[in-house]
Amino acid sequence: MRRIETFRETGDTTGMTDAIPYSRFLGVSLLRDEEGLLGKLTYSDHLVGNPELPALHGGTIGALLEMTAIFQLLWEAETLVLPKTINITVQYLRSARPIDTYARSIITKRGRRVVTARVEAWQDDPARPVAMANAHFLVIGKDP
Amino acid sequence: MSDEALWNELLLKLSRRFMEAVPHNRALGISLDKLGPGEAYMTLPYSDKIIGHPETGVVHGGAITSLMDACCGAAVYMKLLERARIATLDLRIDYLRPATPGQAVVAHAECYKTTRNVAFVRCLAYHDDPKDAVASAAATFMILRDTKGDAT
Repeated sequence: MRRIETFRETGDTTGMTDAIPYSRFLGVSLLRDEEGLLGKLTYSDHLVGNPELPALHGGTIGALLEMTAIFQLLWEAETLVLPKTINITVQYLRSARPIDTYARSIITKRGRRVVTARVEAWQDDPARPVAMANAHFLVIGKDP
Repeated sequence: MSDEALWNELLLKLSRRFMEAVPHNRALGISLDKLGPGEAYMTLPYSDKIIGHPETGVVHGGAITSLMDACCGAAVYMKLLERARIATLDLRIDYLRPATPGQAVVAHAECYKTTRNVAFVRCLAYHDDPKDAVASAAATFMILRDTKGDAT
């Protein structure tokens, strides 16, 4: 939780991603630009899901999208509760090549209990997204 | 050859092609456990690297996404039983409850309908009891059949 506060106060994004083993394993980091927060999935060979094309595994793109939305929520939210994913719908638009992938999320609805977010992922051209997702997050208590 | 022997042979073949030859499935340690007509079972072993919540040790949803995506794809091949390429159109995952730390997650996917171009799949992820599932998913896939020499 302290990491979330530091993250919000100082904008130190490495503490956030390094604290989560799965984001370290995938190679997800957070960047900031003039438009806000950006998730980055750095390419490495173990992310490949289709060695023939080759293309990244759909699950790695799904994970990048979900993580980026969660980080966006933590960044913008007033509470320190870790958002819980209720569900996520990923649309795969084109195959993701074996290069770095970026993602940006916007919060589409902020309820008291549920937050809705949209996320888009792209590689070299933001105008040609490889995938997008809509997700619901629970931002309170224990069970949905 | 008996039906069971045929399925076992197919399991071995597909394990080689989809598990051992796919770097990300191998990195996560996903195994293909069982096949049937239009269905597949896979297991994601618990490991430290897939933890999403460092304080509790709960697995990250993203790792379950990889498991279910892979399992749904295998189920489509088990329905088609022919040479084709498939591409995930969409995948919706409902997280029903947090996975129990330390336990492997099993996925069971069923391709319940295919049309000429599209396959429809549902998938459940659980520890031991499908009635107490961790996540459920619905996915659709584009079927890209070999259209060599076919103008349409």
